[in-house]
Amino acid sequence: MYKTKDGKEIFVLDGHTHFWDGSPENQSNVHGKQFIDCFYAYHTNLSPPEHLWEKARFEKYSEDDIYRDLFIDGPDDMAIIQTTVLRDFYKQGFSSIERSSSMAKRHPERFIVNGSFDPRDGEKALEQIHYMKEEFDIQGVKIYTAEWHGNSKGFALNDPDAYKCFELCDKLGIKNIHVHKGPTIIPLSKDAFDVHDVDYAATDFQNLNWIIEHCGLPRLDDFCWIAVQENNVYGGLAVALPFIHARPRYFAEVIAELLFWVGEDNLLFGSDYAIWTPRWLVEKFWEFQIPEDIAQERGVQLTDEIKEKILGLNAARLYGIDVEAKKKQLSNAPVQIAAE
Amino acid sequence: MLTDIIKTDLEFEVWECLERVNDPELDEPLTDMGFIERVEVIDSHRVEVGFRLPTYWCSPNFAFLMAFGIRREVEKLRWVRSIRVELSDHCFGDEVNEGVNSGRAFSAVFAQYCDGADLEAVTETFRAKAFDRRQEAVLMDLRKRGLSAKRIVSMTLGEFDCTEFEDEDAIKQKPRYRELLLSCGLAEDSDDLAFPTWEGQKIAAGLLPQHFERLRGVRINMEFNGAMCRGLASTRYKEVEIGPDGPTLVDFIAGRVPPREDARAQG
Repeated sequence: MYKTKDGKEIFVLDGHTHFWDGSPENQSNVHGKQFIDCFYAYHTNLSPPEHLWEKARFEKYSEDDIYRDLFIDGPDDMAIIQTTVLRDFYKQGFSSIERSSSMAKRHPERFIVNGSFDPRDGEKALEQIHYMKEEFDIQGVKIYTAEWHGNSKGFALNDPDAYKCFELCDKLGIKNIHVHKGPTIIPLSKDAFDVHDVDYAATDFQNLNWIIEHCGLPRLDDFCWIAVQENNVYGGLAVALPFIHARPRYFAEVIAELLFWVGEDNLLFGSDYAIWTPRWLVEKFWEFQIPEDIAQERGVQLTDEIKEKILGLNAARLYGIDVEAKKKQLSNAPVQIAAE
Repeated sequence: MLTDIIKTDLEFEVWECLERVNDPELDEPLTDMGFIERVEVIDSHRVEVGFRLPTYWCSPNFAFLMAFGIRREVEKLRWVRSIRVELSDHCFGDEVNEGVNSGRAFSAVFAQYCDGADLEAVTETFRAKAFDRRQEAVLMDLRKRGLSAKRIVSMTLGEFDCTEFEDEDAIKQKPRYRELLLSCGLAEDSDDLAFPTWEGQKIAAGLLPQHFERLRGVRINMEFNGAMCRGLASTRYKEVEIGPDGPTLVDFIAGRVPPREDARAQG
């Protein structure tokens, strides 16, 4: 719960968090090391100095750490934990659904754990989707299109095998497809960050919600063109939002673009924990105003009402959460450090 | 044996010609981005250039383009007979280094990594974005000083050449915009339109606001990515140390951070 200066209580649903293990013990090779190192560079580049973590803590944090950072020190009411497997890089997976679910079991009222699958597994991917639905009753998945798997260095959302998986998701009521467009390296003749496959998938699967993490960055311009045409395409603000501290004018430009093209009902807050922690992000976001010249040129405003939607109400709608009932439930179960 | 003075002069020449190699995605020179890490003149005709990108995962196809761009520009120097380019700490570094230093043409090296397909469609996409970005910078200057939409869309190349731009970004982009306009065949002589679309069409005066809207998106994305790349390049080799005054960032390439095991043992 974020409490504004004038005492208003804002429901915060953090749409993009991880419970990962990127420690050297879990790395399979140099790529695993370079993956977490890259995350760490994002962390050190954009965090306010007082929120910087040492490398070892960043690589692997505890169940107590995540609970404290999100809900005690942080203003989150709930958080969506994403699964990112990276099986060619990490022995036990980077953030597996099993490990995240086991962590989330301590506070099931606060966590939504999403699954993941790799369409290149064919039949096995379909089995995996059934397993995740039966075992963990998932409502969403995260797809990382740049995952390396043997000789393949990534895939597209509109590959035929991916479509079979989305058909099954639709049938089982797994409605929320979070997409992280990483660098899909092969074939080298294509743009590694191309987002146009989102357009095909969102058109062909109107029942599913397509949440594009990082708003398609580094292809924000292409993403905006797609999102303006598709009602079921959403933008996750992770990575764009931390600019609010280091480069607030860039953030203003980006959020103005997003409000103009994607719209206030289709944007979701995400801290990208543990790359960033939610407290400073939410505080700065609530205080943020789009500078007059940018607001005027784009004809958009970032009002309190819009901020409230972005911070929690939009995601609650996608995940079927009754916000008033949830607030009541959480006020009866205040945050506390679990006894060791 | 080169004297230090001559060596420094030659290295300066190499740095200068590297200013003409752009990051295709950001449309900014590698030298401005801080990607060039090392220029070394070995003897009177041999050069080595080392570069590093902001992350291990930066697009390999663009890494190839940058590596070959470095080779192409340095080879233009009359005294250079051999150039070695080295990309460090990159997921495709071995392939890029082998390819760029093999003496084979870019097309031949590149084709082997994508079943014979070429890179033309992608380079074209990013040339178009660079064109839009450069065009917007000069257009904004004209709009700011109150030129009407009708006047802007019908401006000729000759008039463009005679225009003194005021805005810093516009002054910088004017020659770069002109260069792309001509090299892509969108204008040839002074009577041609200065501001066609990338498809070579005249912009209707009434549609200029929509045209600006699109260009704006391209610029914001590019500027954001540029800021991100600069930031990541600056922190890629740094780690946090928690001292009495709180956390600070320390460069570990310079050997100022003790090895991890030692740090843990001390902690």
